Amino acid sequence: MKASNALWKEHLAGKTPEDLAREVDIFDAEVALRKQGKLDERLFAETRLRRGVYGQRYDNGQRHDGAKVQEMNYPSGTLTKGPSTMWDAPGMQRIKIPAGGLDAGQLETLAELAEEYSDGIAHVTTRQDFQLHYVHIEDTPTIMRRLAAAKITTREACGNSVRNVTACPYAGTCRDEVFDVTPYAKALSKFLMGHPDCQNFGRKFKPAFSGCAQHACGLTSLHDIGFLAVTRQENGVEKRGFQVYVGGGLGAVPYMAKLFDSFVPVEEILPLTQAVARVFARLGEKRNRSRARIKFLVQDLGIEKFKEVVREERQTLPADPRWTSFLKDAEEFAEVPLRPGDETSSSGGERFKRWLETNTRPQKQPGYVVVTVALPLGDITANQLRSLADIVRKFTMETVRTTVEQNFVIRWVSRRDLPEIYEALDAVGLADPGAGTIVDVVTCPGTDTCKLGISSSRGLAAELRKRLAERNFQSDEAVENLHIKISGCFNSCGQHHIADLGFYGVSRKVGGYAVPHFQVVLGGEWEHNAGSYGLPVAAIPSKNVPKVVTRLTGRYVEGRNPGESFKDFIKRIGKAELKSLLEDLARPPAGDRSYFSDWGDPREYSLEDMGTGECAGEIVSSVEFDLGAAEREVFEAQLAFENGQIEQAGKTAYRAMLHGAKALVKIVNPAISDDADQIVIQFRKDYFDTQKFWDPFAGGKFAHYLFDAHQKAGTPHTSDSSRYLIDEAQLFIDAAHSCYNKLGSSVAV
Amino acid sequence: MELQHVNVKFLVSDPQSVDLEPLIPVFHRWIQGQVCEELLLDIADYRHVPEGPGVVLIGHQADYSLDNTNNRLGVRYNRKASLDGTNRDRFRQAACSALQACQRLEAEAALGGKIRFNGRDIDLFINDRMLAPNGEETRQRLDPELKVFFDTLFRGTAYSMTYDTDPRHLLGVSVRASQPFGVTDLIHNLVT
Repeated sequence: MKASNALWKEHLAGKTPEDLAREVDIFDAEVALRKQGKLDERLFAETRLRRGVYGQRYDNGQRHDGAKVQEMNYPSGTLTKGPSTMWDAPGMQRIKIPAGGLDAGQLETLAELAEEYSDGIAHVTTRQDFQLHYVHIEDTPTIMRRLAAAKITTREACGNSVRNVTACPYAGTCRDEVFDVTPYAKALSKFLMGHPDCQNFGRKFKPAFSGCAQHACGLTSLHDIGFLAVTRQENGVEKRGFQVYVGGGLGAVPYMAKLFDSFVPVEEILPLTQAVARVFARLGEKRNRSRARIKFLVQDLGIEKFKEVVREERQTLPADPRWTSFLKDAEEFAEVPLRPGDETSSSGGERFKRWLETNTRPQKQPGYVVVTVALPLGDITANQLRSLADIVRKFTMETVRTTVEQNFVIRWVSRRDLPEIYEALDAVGLADPGAGTIVDVVTCPGTDTCKLGISSSRGLAAELRKRLAERNFQSDEAVENLHIKISGCFNSCGQHHIADLGFYGVSRKVGGYAVPHFQVVLGGEWEHNAGSYGLPVAAIPSKNVPKVVTRLTGRYVEGRNPGESFKDFIKRIGKAELKSLLEDLARPPAGDRSYFSDWGDPREYSLEDMGTGECAGEIVSSVEFDLGAAEREVFEAQLAFENGQIEQAGKTAYRAMLHGAKALVKIVNPAISDDADQIVIQFRKDYFDTQKFWDPFAGGKFAHYLFDAHQKAGTPHTSDSSRYLIDEAQLFIDAAHSCYNKLGSSVAV
Repeated sequence: MELQHVNVKFLVSDPQSVDLEPLIPVFHRWIQGQVCEELLLDIADYRHVPEGPGVVLIGHQADYSLDNTNNRLGVRYNRKASLDGTNRDRFRQAACSALQACQRLEAEAALGGKIRFNGRDIDLFINDRMLAPNGEETRQRLDPELKVFFDTLFRGTAYSMTYDTDPRHLLGVSVRASQPFGVTDLIHNLVT
């Protein structure tokens, strides 16, 4: 699209690292070949994904405009950049930032790219990456060239590859860390990038590093492989190493990582990861994407068997000097400050004091603090990026990092500079207080730009942010420090499972109308590197979610025991009371049409499903009743799980799935019996084989939950299997609602 | 020097009183009716970002927005697709498109006349650092062409031009007419 693309190629020739330049040249050629129809669309799709070039919502050339589905008549006609992905449709460019570390020049490059190729905004993700939206495919090689010139790559930012290696953004400054994990994270990132052993995965593979066990910053428990810094004494000498965890992951059904080894010496982390990668590539699922993450392999083999296989693999690896060549530099790695540290405390106005409380954190090095720049919804403008570059140059040795809470941290700020840096940030709208508090809502892109989005997570996040800022929880630290995280669908990019108050998008049909909803997920734990996952409590219309937040926080304030955390409070009062507390919010008020559109999007939601005329009353079909009953059974399974009745919980979850399936089967065969085999056979025939139950992007994943549960119906449940089954049952019923919505109101009522 | 990707922003009067929320359904209607020359695709809502892009109507060949960059709220046209012709043709095309958007917004009943061109202030910039690096040499080369364009736009009325001289910023100029103009007059000046 840009007239200057060829000129950039010429201009940057010889000015970028050779390996990165070669990568981009290859991709540039592939773009040209695909445009000429000489490269298969599937092959091109995978190649672009491995360079971080994603599709975006409506890229199939169709968009519901609120009245009808519009065909987008793009100039390139039917040319595609992947299956059902139009060439000219705007896309997303993801940019990898290992450990979130940037310098000022890189911030300026990102600013230029956001301005020239996107919509003026750079978006920080929950994995310390950047994303640019509304980018044209033909501009992506130039974007990559300009990034390469700034020593940034997009390689393997998407696709079935090793994704960004994340790390605690406070590493090296944190008072509680064991040691600085930064150089190890960067070494692993460099080692795995393009590694031949990492090119044949069935799905993505995400590593993370943390310097301590107690804080959240590294989130090692939810990663495919997580490294937690530890030391031990060997012959009187302190030896660095890592506790290594494998098989964690969020996604539709979250898995807590399992301990692989309590001490892996630093010289072993690269070869061990290489061995894990080889095992994953060799034994991991390839055909069924929904079971292709390493968490399923670890679960299927069992952690002990998995360890054994990996250790055997490790023994077969040919020695590689890169395994240890980084170690000397790693041990000596240390960032340095620009200005002398100072312990003098600062004074200023109320807002400044508030900012000091929430947006600064003392470093372990006396006289220095880490300053957090809280970004609303992870968004930052090009001008703000340039100003941030100026600020980090002026006050630090350009030590700035992105965080998994979609913010920046500026490290090594002298305490005496705080008033001045606050002023500088405030002048460009980057000094909002409240970092890491309830107002600092984390969200994925949701229906704004994501193809998978079901509800508007960003719209909801913006609304909650606005309302919560007005409510001002400063007087109540326990409420103020709660975390809200929102995903637009079940895929957990907004990390809703580990929030105090998590939400993920679902749709429900109310009186023949599709209504955007969010599942409320409670009981997750952000601290302790994502210490535990929450469970869904109820599906609530999007427009009622702010009321849910008000009611739950209010109930917590009134009913908590002294010192009781929100997570413990939720556990104590139990799912039954929670359900009852939210019951009246679970359905939209009759006649209120505002519920039929989502936050920030006035289009009526899924209009294809709507009849003519007003929504005057509640017409509930038998299918809706049956799906509602199935949903209640999932809730009963949750209650049983909560009460330690593991076996009963698993069985009830399975039964809920059967009832959900039966609800749909009854549309075709009202006389279907209660026999489980019959239900599953007919469900497979009518809904799976016909692909009616298929999710546009997850395919038959949710139907497989039923088939697997049915196959294992007689097998005793463990705590893990029961927990997974409950999550799967909820997702199966969400999918049944979606399927029913798609079938249309004619069969429904 | 061939310029592409011309951006023009017509600043609105009384920006403090402008609420961008009602603009969103208006832009959705524009997509429904495909009311512009460009293929209109989607809406990006950045109301939560201070001094940001505001609300953006994403198009294939160009974006329209109520943009608040540099705390200067205005109706912005961002040309993304290349155009044939001379630089002057491209200035005119971008300005006409932005003015037509202003005209539509001024006439929108749902906006209650709140979004109106202030009559005097226009920002013009080139959204491509390779074609138009923001340096003294480029500014000197561009200046005569811009003056011809603004002379036409303002039909001889005096105006001032202030270049943004930060080399990191896009090549751009803020122009202020010495007397106010209506949108219709400016369109007329450009097309006749």
